[in-house]
Amino acid sequence: MSHYEASIREPLINGNKSYHDITVDVAAPVEGKANKKWWIAFTIALVAFLYGIGCIAYTIGTGIGVWGLNNRVNWAWDITNFVWWVGIGHAGTLISAVLLLFRQKWRMGINRSAEAMTIFAVFQAGLFPIIHMGRVWNAFYVLPLPNALGSLWVNFNSPLLWDVFAISTYLSVSLVFWYTGLLPDFAMLRDRAVRPFQKKIYSLLSFGWSGRLKDWQRFEEVSLVLAGLATPLVLSVHTIVSMDFATSVIPGWHSTIFPPYFVAGAIFSGFAMVQTLLIIMRKVSNLEAYITRVHIENMNKVILLTGGIVSVAYITEFFLAWYSGSSYEDYIYLSIGAATGPYWWAFWALIICNFIIPQSLWFKKLRTNYVWSFFISIVINIGMWFERFDIIVIGLSRGHLPSSWTMFSPTFVDVGIFIGTIGFFFVLFLLYARTFPVIAQAELKSILKSSGENYKKLRENNHE
Amino acid sequence: MSNKTLQAIFDDDDVLLSAVKDLRAAEYHIEEIFTPFPVHGLEKAVGLPNTRIAIMAFIYGVIGFSFAVWMMNYMMIADWPQNIGGKPSFSFAENMPAFVPIMFELTVFFAAHLMVITFYMRSKLWPFKNAENPDPRTTDDHFMIEIAVSDDVNALEDLLKKAGAKEIKIKA
Repeated sequence: MSHYEASIREPLINGNKSYHDITVDVAAPVEGKANKKWWIAFTIALVAFLYGIGCIAYTIGTGIGVWGLNNRVNWAWDITNFVWWVGIGHAGTLISAVLLLFRQKWRMGINRSAEAMTIFAVFQAGLFPIIHMGRVWNAFYVLPLPNALGSLWVNFNSPLLWDVFAISTYLSVSLVFWYTGLLPDFAMLRDRAVRPFQKKIYSLLSFGWSGRLKDWQRFEEVSLVLAGLATPLVLSVHTIVSMDFATSVIPGWHSTIFPPYFVAGAIFSGFAMVQTLLIIMRKVSNLEAYITRVHIENMNKVILLTGGIVSVAYITEFFLAWYSGSSYEDYIYLSIGAATGPYWWAFWALIICNFIIPQSLWFKKLRTNYVWSFFISIVINIGMWFERFDIIVIGLSRGHLPSSWTMFSPTFVDVGIFIGTIGFFFVLFLLYARTFPVIAQAELKSILKSSGENYKKLRENNHE
Repeated sequence: MSNKTLQAIFDDDDVLLSAVKDLRAAEYHIEEIFTPFPVHGLEKAVGLPNTRIAIMAFIYGVIGFSFAVWMMNYMMIADWPQNIGGKPSFSFAENMPAFVPIMFELTVFFAAHLMVITFYMRSKLWPFKNAENPDPRTTDDHFMIEIAVSDDVNALEDLLKKAGAKEIKIKA
């Protein structure tokens, strides 16, 4: 069988690795003991998470009046955080589904962690609309169930209900996609496990995966079809999230470019979060051979592309706000009114973080630099949070009725819940990093001979 | 034919693939192959028919789509039509554009989940199911072919050794 790959393509697996080396390297973080740094990070995340739980309990017990919302600005941090977290989730599906359809081999080093990030981020996202309902015990009203109050059905004309279906489909499909891919890797851990408890847990998790030929054939077909289904799904999710805004009549929200622009923004922020997590993980879990400079650079290229789309959308929005000639449009989140008004700082945070700083990725030196990539990923995460904050809060603070124009200031509860979700996210991710095979090792083995450094060198020497 | 099984272990996917081709040429019946990762071209070499799971996914998708159409028509048009925000629900055709997102989501939901459930059932994967790979190394870096054999196995053993098998075991 030919494993030929053009020699101009840089190797995706560095060093002199064999199949067994991949097994050992992927199993090492699971079989080893957590070091001090992991415990410190875990403790910080856990404390943040517990603080968040406290704030959520306070909100539910007292009512959402404890937030900084007012009559005019009736959506603020909660929906900002919701959109931010859902957006972050998009990168995982993009990497595992879209890159699979495009047969991009570099996805195999990073897809597992990116999908884990997706699932954990969507958990956080889902919390916000539910808490915002106020009476969380009635959250099941969003389901199309005949309820005890008579058969009053849900309203299928509402984008908020589309969101319920989109997010729950997205979460559950991502989960089974991720889990199906995990089966062979759990089986690998099961067959290596020495301690009986570990063996038991991984036998349970691996669903008795044995690696039969027919199973692999179905596995590959299922992965391909799931990728085909998840690709339009991931585009639909943020499209529908954007329709929460675009179908309203608030100036600045009522915008037809929202769907594609939100999707690009979601991928932009998601890849930034993958960068943040993986640049740390490759060091901490000794996976430098598998998550290489090539992976980081490729992700930076995706960030540059989607960041470019987002920037074009910003310019379009800014132009349209001016060109519409409507005085209300002059106060939308991308307008002269926003740039010079009371929310100037939020406006400029968005422009600097999302528009200006990412342009540095045009330089190969910078986009192949780990430290700079990490720095930029943090900047984009902040910038994308501000984008949603600007759309929601600046948009709402200046409506059609100037007498009700107002500002928004968050309370400690708003801040606390946000910090809590960040804590929850990292609690989940840190646990994942120590108990799950963080690289899709079975798939990675299938590209070792075509994209492994030692095999590539071997072929080149044979040709000469 | 007695019901003995010969297990041959290989440590390279290319050697395995050529061995499978040799076995097929010599008209041996391959019972099963256990591999740690999907070896491309192997199912063709063994002569395994294509899986029909993608066809099932399509059918499940059609079911999901039909369910979405039926559900929204029943709830919004037939059972309790309401006038929400000046947008009355008189007929399915008029409301249809607003139903498209959920038609799409339920199509994907049904196709994805029912396909994965079908995969797990057909390949017998579920919690508390015991693994059936005879050698634990086949999830790491070894490959195993199982061949049903009669009493005379010398010719087969020679063939396998020549093809590059590392170990050969016979199980009753």
